[in-house]
Amino acid sequence: MKFEDEPVPGYPLPILPGHTSPGRFERVLRAGLFAVTTELDPPDSADPEDVYRRARVFDGWVDAINATDGSGANCHMSSMAVCALLTRVGYAPVMQMSCRDKNRIAIQGDILGGAAMGVCNVLCLTGDGVQAGDHPQALPVFDLDCMTLLETARTLRDEHHFLSGRQITFAPRVLLGAAENPFAQPLEWRAQRLAKKVAAGAQFIQTQWCYDVPMLRTFMRHVEDLGLFDKVFMLVGVGPLRSAKSAEWIRTHVPGVHIPDAVLKRLAGAADQAAEGRRLCIDLIQEIRAIKGVHGVHVMAFRQEHTVAEIIERSGVLNGRVPWYPGRDPQTTANRIAS
Amino acid sequence: MYAIRHWSVRHARGLNAFYKGFESTLVALHPLLRRIGYQRLERPVAAVERGVKGLLFDCRMCGQCILSSTGMSCPMNCPKNLRNGPCGGVRANGHCEVRPEMKCVWVQAVAGARRIEGGLQAISQVQVAVDRRLQGKSSWLRAVRQRTADAP
Repeated sequence: MKFEDEPVPGYPLPILPGHTSPGRFERVLRAGLFAVTTELDPPDSADPEDVYRRARVFDGWVDAINATDGSGANCHMSSMAVCALLTRVGYAPVMQMSCRDKNRIAIQGDILGGAAMGVCNVLCLTGDGVQAGDHPQALPVFDLDCMTLLETARTLRDEHHFLSGRQITFAPRVLLGAAENPFAQPLEWRAQRLAKKVAAGAQFIQTQWCYDVPMLRTFMRHVEDLGLFDKVFMLVGVGPLRSAKSAEWIRTHVPGVHIPDAVLKRLAGAADQAAEGRRLCIDLIQEIRAIKGVHGVHVMAFRQEHTVAEIIERSGVLNGRVPWYPGRDPQTTANRIAS
Repeated sequence: MYAIRHWSVRHARGLNAFYKGFESTLVALHPLLRRIGYQRLERPVAAVERGVKGLLFDCRMCGQCILSSTGMSCPMNCPKNLRNGPCGGVRANGHCEVRPEMKCVWVQAVAGARRIEGGLQAISQVQVAVDRRLQGKSSWLRAVRQRTADAP
């Protein structure tokens, strides 16, 4: 199945009633389809082809690609630049924006700039602390936090002015997203925090890696109790684990990642641990898909991006749908450019 | 001090009630304070505030205190300056991602908010972005001037 009315690079879609962005990703979500997003590992290079090569491995399998903003506080090509390259050829990026490296002046400028380049989705994050990355000597900015960043972006979009009150002439038409970690302390307050993010402007959520479905179910029940099911699109984070050893390393070294012992056992007991990791990921996607209130998955396959296509295909969540990618339907593209 | 900071969260209810009374007293004294001059009071009052709240909460003098909305756990002690809730990196033992030896100020804040009547509603309000110009200024005087609509 194809999704009608796909965009042509440089030709924004009309904004449908009730939508806030001209983007494909919002259309998929609001059409009630099961959405798939993923993350592009930004290159340590100034070569645009490095970005395109990394994006192409997802062609036909994802609805949007997250451009990370110095994730893990490591230095890479900027989120803004990755988005500039991706939108140039029509991809639908989710521009990640963290509060760690920029103050409110830079952040507001980047939201306008991103939207001007065709970015339709912005993910508002607090960001990892500088101690986690390769430049622990750096100044952590944190002028805003994820919540005030959401409010800032919403103010730009809906009230057409900067935080200073100064008017902007053309508002950034973006879908606003935020992250949530249902698996970190204080567990019983996590859904409340989500409600706060929704109140601040979050329209979609991408969660931390989920390896514990019962825990996710409990969280989703709290989300439902707070009446958030029809207010926010939930995309649950998933990803293949390479081996029991790497899973052990991740859970001890990456704060906020919760991997139960049963998962480690399952991996350790397999002859081909990497293949078992992919199978586990597929099983998780299928279980997660059945949970009420979940609208999609966010596949974070760090350094294993080539496995995303196989995982999504075998999970069957797209139901034969082929998300748009440059070159999917050259005739439609040509016709629309001609008209 | 770290230990006293935790004591304050455990006694959030009492401290919050005390502060409410204290603020009301200051509000009642507003005509006198205005006579002396808020400008002239700023430095000595800020010095006292720094001493008292520094001892009780490890206060960072952001100048726009929201302790009543954060269960008496000062959010400026969060290495990411988060004023709206914990980040996603909180460790399984409830400690900070950036400073593993420290309890997450937001895990503490939620615990403190449970002890204060209406604390959980207060903690759920979205706080606006910090005004960095107020760093080092007295929150007490600012609160009085806001409540008496004598805002600077």
